Amino acid sequence: MEIAGVTCQKKDDTLWVVIDGDIDHHSAKYIRETIDREIFLARPHAMVLELSRVDFMDSSGLGLILGRYTRMREIGGVLKLSNPTPQTIKILALAGVDKLIPVLTAEKSQQEVAKS
Amino acid sequence: MKERKVQNGFQLEFPALSENEAFARQIVCAFAARLDPTLEELSDLRVVVSEAVTNCVVHAYKGANKVGNIKITVRVTGKGALKVRIKDTGCGMADVERCMQPLYTTDPEGERGGMGLPIMQSLSKKFAVKSKPGKGTTVAFEMLFGSSST
Repeated sequence: MEIAGVTCQKKDDTLWVVIDGDIDHHSAKYIRETIDREIFLARPHAMVLELSRVDFMDSSGLGLILGRYTRMREIGGVLKLSNPTPQTIKILALAGVDKLIPVLTAEKSQQEVAKS
Repeated sequence: MKERKVQNGFQLEFPALSENEAFARQIVCAFAARLDPTLEELSDLRVVVSEAVTNCVVHAYKGANKVGNIKITVRVTGKGALKVRIKDTGCGMADVERCMQPLYTTDPEGERGGMGLPIMQSLSKKFAVKSKPGKGTTVAFEMLFGSSST
């Protein structure tokens, strides 16, 4: 079974993470380990999770996002979510995560890229 | 000649392994596609199946010598609803009510968040959990699609 891909790139103090594929319990372990390794190496002030290529996410994805939110707070940084699909927005809203973590639209994400 | 009434559906049994989570939700959604669901309804079904199967993978056979099976039974009712039952024969739950509470989890290390059962309940038309310690758990839910849900 195909596993989600993760691409990380640091620009100035922001770590941009693009997740490509489904986020479920099976794929979450690999995604979590990859992102945590990058956080450890880059020590960013901000991390943006780009979610436009995530076609499916269940509560394992919520756990992944909340875990990274905690990890970023531990190092004094912030987490933002970028451009989630309507399905992902629905899951985030059911758990109230969209009230805790800023969700950027595609336009806002581009503005953030331009700023960094 | 008397017309025979056949209730359409299928049964599927597979080991409770994490690599089967995507397989399970894809199979159930492929079958449900004939009921003409909207994209959002199909998406909700994928989530509910995935949550139920993941719970079996994570909790049902934890600490057991052998990984057991997950059995999925899918039926289309006369009213065009989809009835799904996802069953394991694992450790079961002593307190189902407590497990239904948002943010309650028995696996905090696994970053599971405790939102699986509440999300399943929110996205299903009908939802029920039966569980007996040492015997296993059955999650049953019903989804109505498109015109049949109005």
